[in-house]
Amino acid sequence: MAAPLEILTAPLPAETDPGDIDAYMAGGGYGAVRKALKSMSQTELIEEINASGIKGRGGAGFSTGMKWNLCADRFPRYLCANADESEPGSFKDRHLLEAKPHQIIEGMIITSYALGINLGYIYIRGEFFQIIDQMEAALEDARKHGFLGADILGTGYDLELYVHPGAGAYICGEETGLIESLEGNRPYPRLKPPFFPAAIGLWGQPTIVNNVETMAQIATIVDMGAEAYKQIGSEDDTTGPRLFGLCGHVKKPGIYEYDSDVTLRELIYDAAGGIRDDNRLKGVIPGGISAPILTPEEIDTPMGFGALGKLGSMGGTGGIIVMDETTSMVDALLNASSFAAHESCGQCTPCREGVPWMNDILRRIRNGQGRDEDLDLLLDICKQIHGHTVCVFGQAPGVWPVRTILVKYWPEFRACIERKELVVPPLEESYLRPDQYEHIPPVPGNFRLKTEEADAAG
Amino acid sequence: MATPLEFTEAARERAAKILDRYPAEYRKSAVVPLLHLAQEEWGHVSPEAMACVARLIGCSPVKVAEIATFYPMFNREPVGEHVLAVCHTLPCALTGCGSVFDHLSEKLGIGLGETTADGRFTLRKSECLAACDRGPVLLVNRRLHTHVSPEKVDEILTELEKG
Repeated sequence: MAAPLEILTAPLPAETDPGDIDAYMAGGGYGAVRKALKSMSQTELIEEINASGIKGRGGAGFSTGMKWNLCADRFPRYLCANADESEPGSFKDRHLLEAKPHQIIEGMIITSYALGINLGYIYIRGEFFQIIDQMEAALEDARKHGFLGADILGTGYDLELYVHPGAGAYICGEETGLIESLEGNRPYPRLKPPFFPAAIGLWGQPTIVNNVETMAQIATIVDMGAEAYKQIGSEDDTTGPRLFGLCGHVKKPGIYEYDSDVTLRELIYDAAGGIRDDNRLKGVIPGGISAPILTPEEIDTPMGFGALGKLGSMGGTGGIIVMDETTSMVDALLNASSFAAHESCGQCTPCREGVPWMNDILRRIRNGQGRDEDLDLLLDICKQIHGHTVCVFGQAPGVWPVRTILVKYWPEFRACIERKELVVPPLEESYLRPDQYEHIPPVPGNFRLKTEEADAAG
Repeated sequence: MATPLEFTEAARERAAKILDRYPAEYRKSAVVPLLHLAQEEWGHVSPEAMACVARLIGCSPVKVAEIATFYPMFNREPVGEHVLAVCHTLPCALTGCGSVFDHLSEKLGIGLGETTADGRFTLRKSECLAACDRGPVLLVNRRLHTHVSPEKVDEILTELEKG
């Protein structure tokens, strides 16, 4: 059994206000900033982050060191910390923003210093009213204590950081959507490649967009050193502590900190206390709504980005949505699809039109009016959207949940269509075992043939 | 033609501080924070409020309208004194947000997106509010309520009635 960690979730002394900078400093806070600015050169810092092997915690699991290395050799450069946490099932950023605002600021200062940045923003989603107030106060305190402003800690280095609020749009979490939003435009994502924000970002300048958890982790890396950091987890997959958020039908929902070698089964049954009412597991989404679903047979996987990728899913944001045997997968998918239909920004036709179209089809299946051809039609629309949009929104929350929930729970969807009502079949009859399908992504025709053969044989 | 709106002196000071956060040549970046300020002042963002923000930024009102019409948080029509938004995304759906919404709807006698006749309450649904371990969650104005049940809804409404 993997052991829980207390690195990012290290508790503050009792009765401490998380925004209180004096209490934070009494516990060693801002030590990482002092260490970085006073005793490390920019090159050493970048090498340290590279050596740590850290993968960004925003969802894609892209190497933070590589992102930094791609930063074009032009100035000014800007930093954007991404706190637009909106992926359904993800709440680790909220947790950190509420509990450790100063650690995030530390990471932002270190990152800025390492990359020669003098102006940065933390983009916080608009609905986080209390968090925005707390972060603005925390930045002000950091300024008063000489960690922001001109000539920080007497090093001659200048930095200003500000909060920039969002206003309720999921697409602003996409890094180029975030930049457009910060520029005061509609947050339509930019086409990339060829130019990534590290080359052409905010106001046309090189810009690093990092998730706020990544920022907090940067402070941790400087604190403990890359050598110690990469001992946590596994170097050939994902290093460092992870925050896993368990929600849905578990007995003890919440944030749990482990390394990436922990298995999904351990997180559900040990950390989160198992399934409510001791029901059986039906499916689990392992990293925010976009992460392809896993069936009960697939949960003995470690939680590294690489390990989940091999299963055809992804580490995503570490937000784990657990569903028990009473759950209607048709309802669950309809819900996920409604979210995507609402949040599509509307820039690209396949996503703007295709995602709500899939939502309409799912709604009619749910309401007992599904047609025989609907499941194939859904897979076909998935194929038409996938890869045909400017950003990954079209496929991430748009296509992936539909494609994988539909394929893995095919018998349940078929039952709803055949019986013309919403049915939740017994668990055994609701989903396909991993050896019963070959194609994810499915080829519509092939997939139908395979299940029909299975039906005929069974 | 509606009378042009102007920010109060206090709001103008806050607006100046907001504009200071961005390089002088990129004042347009302040459009979203300034729209939030306008909504705090007037409860919703009317075309006159958009024009007011445009004057501060030094751009045409249509540029502001382009932004105000994109984001769901900006009310383009007047709303009730208290805006109640029930999260209805998957994790909250799994933990019973449906009964919370139905109960609110019944108690207030209004449906989705409607405002009570006395102008006190507006009922909405929200997408994921990133507090999935504490669902179902309900955003009341600026405050998030967690582990909400129909009984807790009654308590919240009583508290709001008093306030």
